Amino acid sequence: MIKNLTSGEREISIFILVLVAIAGLAMAALGRADPLGTQGWIVILLAGSLLWLIFRAAFEPEPVEERLTSYYDDPIKIGIALSMFWAVFGMFVGVWVAAQLAWPNLAFDAAWSSFGRLRPAHTTGVIFGFGGNALIATSFHVVQRTSRARLAGQLSPWFVLFGYNLFCILAISGYLLGITQSKEYGEAEWYADIWLVIVWVTYFVLYIRTIARRKEPHIYVANWYFMAFILVVAILHIVNNLAVPVSWGHAKSYTIWPGVQDAMVQWWYGHNAVAFFLTAGFLGMLYYYLPIRAQRPIFSYRLSILSFWGITFFYMWAGSHHLHYTALPHWVQTLGMTFSVMLLVPSWASAGNALLTLNGAWHRVRDDATLRFMMAAAVFYGLSTFEGSFMAIRPVNSLSHYTDWTVGHVHAGALGWVALITFGSLYTLVPNLWKRERMYSAKLVEVHFWLAIAGTLIYVFAMWNSGIIQGLMWRTYTDEGALAYSFTDSLVAMYPYYIARAVGGLLFLMGAVIGCYNMWMTIKSVPLAARADDAPVASAAVPGE
Amino acid sequence: MAEVERDPVSGRETTGHEWNGIKELDTPVPRGVLMFLIVTHVWAITWWFFVPAWPLGETYTKGLLGVNQRTTVEERVVEAQQERSTWMSRLENEPYEVILANETLMETVRDTGQQLFGDNCAACHGRDGKGRANYPDLTDDDWLWGGSPDLIEQTMRVGINTAHPESRIAQMPAFGRDQMLERDQVRNVAAYVYSLSHPDYSTPETLERIEAGQEVFVTTCAACHGETAEGSQEMGAPNLTDPYWVYGGDLDTIIASVHGGRQGHMPTWDERLTTAEIRTLAVYVHDLGAQQP
Repeated sequence: MIKNLTSGEREISIFILVLVAIAGLAMAALGRADPLGTQGWIVILLAGSLLWLIFRAAFEPEPVEERLTSYYDDPIKIGIALSMFWAVFGMFVGVWVAAQLAWPNLAFDAAWSSFGRLRPAHTTGVIFGFGGNALIATSFHVVQRTSRARLAGQLSPWFVLFGYNLFCILAISGYLLGITQSKEYGEAEWYADIWLVIVWVTYFVLYIRTIARRKEPHIYVANWYFMAFILVVAILHIVNNLAVPVSWGHAKSYTIWPGVQDAMVQWWYGHNAVAFFLTAGFLGMLYYYLPIRAQRPIFSYRLSILSFWGITFFYMWAGSHHLHYTALPHWVQTLGMTFSVMLLVPSWASAGNALLTLNGAWHRVRDDATLRFMMAAAVFYGLSTFEGSFMAIRPVNSLSHYTDWTVGHVHAGALGWVALITFGSLYTLVPNLWKRERMYSAKLVEVHFWLAIAGTLIYVFAMWNSGIIQGLMWRTYTDEGALAYSFTDSLVAMYPYYIARAVGGLLFLMGAVIGCYNMWMTIKSVPLAARADDAPVASAAVPGE
Repeated sequence: MAEVERDPVSGRETTGHEWNGIKELDTPVPRGVLMFLIVTHVWAITWWFFVPAWPLGETYTKGLLGVNQRTTVEERVVEAQQERSTWMSRLENEPYEVILANETLMETVRDTGQQLFGDNCAACHGRDGKGRANYPDLTDDDWLWGGSPDLIEQTMRVGINTAHPESRIAQMPAFGRDQMLERDQVRNVAAYVYSLSHPDYSTPETLERIEAGQEVFVTTCAACHGETAEGSQEMGAPNLTDPYWVYGGDLDTIIASVHGGRQGHMPTWDERLTTAEIRTLAVYVHDLGAQQP
């Protein structure tokens, strides 16, 4: 991989890594009396490892000129590997925290392994580690193929990929050390946040420049979604994380947003992270890998337009539905609720567009578990967006809020939609990218599919039950007008569902492990297949790379 | 660049674009989607007319129904308080004898007390009030500070070993660790205390040790636990002759208690619960014991 970098590019990457290591050293020195110091040493260690890899290959011969006439797939391959690593890590921690709720002793009485620290390690691991790496990898693949152009940079894709993973590692190791800014899905502290801004802006520039050099007259739908994902996540991340550090030597910071405005900004961020990270990005994936795998044209271009603009517009208003019946003014809640309901139309239009694309390919859905992954993902996308709009209605929310129903809803989306579309896409992409005839074992894909479906259904049904029971217990009054149940009574009632949830999660994790094995064996042992026409159009002529 | 062609499955034409083999059909937006779009928009706009919805500079549209979540909550709280006031004011003001004698009121105490106990007391004393190691059982008839509703109320209000100015204070010193007693004396006095609730323990082999322990007890422990070791509820000193133990009644645990001392902690609830709630709980806890055979 490093062999495909010129000596000039190798020097620049050494320069960047030395800068990163110096930043790490500064963190270690200034924060020596704070967990920030440990984070500094992690930065130094990671930058040092990459430096070592580059030095090892520093005197390899220059790459051949023809490298620029092919698509740039090296970063995608590493991105897929990282994504699957994070999938197993994040899902394992998920199963662990789920089991802790049923059997609290599994925290083993240590601070780092307590529920409060492991839970963000789980969410960050799966959303940003697994989902984020999958998005970066597939977006690099899709933008090149649908633009018939090579990525507009030799180093920047690596910078984006490794920089992003450095963020993930800083975030998760920080939670285990007790560092958090207590914003859900945005727990990482100021230094990691600043680093992510640098990485993300590079990603955006790289993506726009690649699209700018496309050899197709039109920009494909998948790229609209990927661009929306990259652009809006940057905006959300910056606004929500505006904070003042206690000092340069402390990990702790204080947000600039006061009181209920902080809550509103947080959930504007939180809900649009669902919208633009977990929806728009993965719709980009769906719009490429589903028609490729089904070998069918997209059902309706017009519907794609309607859903894209509907989703980007309506989602922006919906965040306040996370704050129903709180100090947030009533009118803001009304707007959040009504826009959430209107949002259902473009959401279902997207799901419908995907499912109707399968018309004429249902026999493939039946025979090909990879395509079935994507079909099931579209179904779960439709189900969970309906559920989301429903739960955003205030009276419904008064029952569902703060209960496990919310957790079940999130996982219907995260497992059923995000993870299934990712696995379907990766099973399409891996043989393609490594130029293999097929996946190592179609049977294992099939096994993974059923484990994932069973795990998701067990999880979601358990949480529906426990959530609604919880919600009802909390609002049941005796004849005298006093609460009928104590909080601990509701916990006792949750116990069987907590066990079921852990079992569902375990099945899902097993599927992911099988997927890793299958991909590994595909790369190792499936014969090569010639892929005709998998090259950019005359991009070798672009100078100054 | 592909040409416009007709898809044999749907009969629709493509848009004429192609990306890496992907084409798109030029299918019009289905009428159902447009209808759905209209229905949700009409619903949303209607809603905006009736409830607070849009900001107008310093103020906002109030809506035709004139509802506001803050006033709604205030009204509901007043309603709920009225609904409860009949029995709540009686629990707050009636003497305990009256409450205990009134079966209807006691039903209310058992209903509401169970929830109050679950939310406030169960974390330490258990959902059934039976306690666990280091936390007293509230269902038996053995009390550190007294089991009448008045005394339970007082214990709840001021707590044990708290910062409350009237806190109940009970400190069992660390006789062994702080070198007030020799190693042997600790073992002897523990043997004596153990024998009080376990008469079988007193055998010719242990007799000497128990008697030596009794001497230590009289000079060192009796000040709080009394000459007869039956304890004192004024001082929160437990009765050592009965089968009830907070920290455990086996010989090793008694040695540990004498060696290292014990300072239990019960929080003060004065500021955290209303008078009615504290009195409800006092009767509830008293009743827990009374319910036991």
